[in-house]
Amino acid sequence: MSKTVITMTVNGQKVEALAEPRMLLIHFLRETLDLTGPHIGCDTGHCGACTVDIDGMSAKSCMLFAVQAEGAEVTTIEGIAQPDGSLHAIQEAFREHHGLQCGYCTPGMITRAYRLLQENANPSEEEIRYGISGNLCRCTGYQNIVKAIQAAAASMNSVSEAAE
Amino acid sequence: MIPASFDYHRPESVADAIALLSQHGDEARVVAGGHSLIPMMKLRMAVPEHLIDLRAIAELKGICRTEDSIAIGAMTTQSEVIGSEELASLCPILRETALQIADPQIRNLGTIGGNVANGDPGNDMPALMQALDAQFQIRGPGGERQVAARDFYEAAFFTALAEDEILVAIHIPTPPNGHGYAYEKQKRKIGDYATAAVAVMLTMEAGRCTWASVSLTNLADTPLYAEEAAAALVSSSLDEAAVAAAAAAAEAVTEPVSDGRGPSHFRSKLAGVLLRRAVSDAQARAA
Repeated sequence: MSKTVITMTVNGQKVEALAEPRMLLIHFLRETLDLTGPHIGCDTGHCGACTVDIDGMSAKSCMLFAVQAEGAEVTTIEGIAQPDGSLHAIQEAFREHHGLQCGYCTPGMITRAYRLLQENANPSEEEIRYGISGNLCRCTGYQNIVKAIQAAAASMNSVSEAAE
Repeated sequence: MIPASFDYHRPESVADAIALLSQHGDEARVVAGGHSLIPMMKLRMAVPEHLIDLRAIAELKGICRTEDSIAIGAMTTQSEVIGSEELASLCPILRETALQIADPQIRNLGTIGGNVANGDPGNDMPALMQALDAQFQIRGPGGERQVAARDFYEAAFFTALAEDEILVAIHIPTPPNGHGYAYEKQKRKIGDYATAAVAVMLTMEAGRCTWASVSLTNLADTPLYAEEAAAALVSSSLDEAAVAAAAAAAEAVTEPVSDGRGPSHFRSKLAGVLLRRAVSDAQARAA
């Protein structure tokens, strides 16, 4: 039950650290790598506050061990903003549309929305609600979160059209 | 919550995984997507000393079609089941059911093999596999065997799988062309286990039902293959009398517990209600 070396790429940076096999990925991110953006909400796989991107898909980082993510590409909320620190269109839209109140679910919401908009660049309201059904928010009633994701989709689509 | 310590193994072949299981006996558990086992490990209700992760075994992944059946590797995720256009055209009830399991993040890691092999009566795929008359391909130290989904489940969390065996793949006979289908699930919220759920598959010819298969989820300590409910539908025009008889037959085989999802008699009654909805949807979809 000794510690093993775990290597993965987190927010574009190669990282290598020791961890016991029983260390959950969320604890590895928060405690070993000091990435405290992903939150621990329920610790049972329900709430989605710990959502991160693993190899191009959303996953709940409290539901797998760090050792299982050996070699993976992981993106946390810390990796969503531009390298110069300016906000991503989704973060900007959450700010603009007040898509949060207490903010606890927000890192998971935005990380999930980030992947959702890669999977479906132009989702309907229903598709957004279904797409974020693994992320619980106990403050907002979701209205402004859905509006923020719609606005982010529109702004990202107009940027990609302008680039064409 | 932090699970008890364990040694982690990531074999790259089924043979190596079986060797590890044989070596460590009941101190070892295999983990597929982990979304049932890891919560149990956090609660220390499961305390394996050796965790054998199946994720690196390529043989356990993927969907493959033969002349008259579909093989789905045990480590195929629910998201991969949903994303398969081939499954959606040959056996669309798989996608319909998988979309009603948990939430997007969990479907990205949760596997069809874990869902059927865990023996949790709350899981949706076991009953569906009974409706589809699937065969489970199981491998152990002595070789391979097949067990029908209809014979696999013994009690809650007890199945025909021995301690040193691994579910390798699921084989589904390709359902007839033009069949109708529906998986009707009532749950308290997205991500919840079923309060009750009903799978119906049927074929229609000249206004008459020529074949039907019915199964029920979370209405007993195992999934239920409701043979008499299906028999009540076959040869009828799916008229009120036939559907009422099928609903009554489905209700009669249920033995649900009373829990946070509702009292036992309510859940039994729900089996009939959901069967009616599923038959109606399946009829509308049948060619």
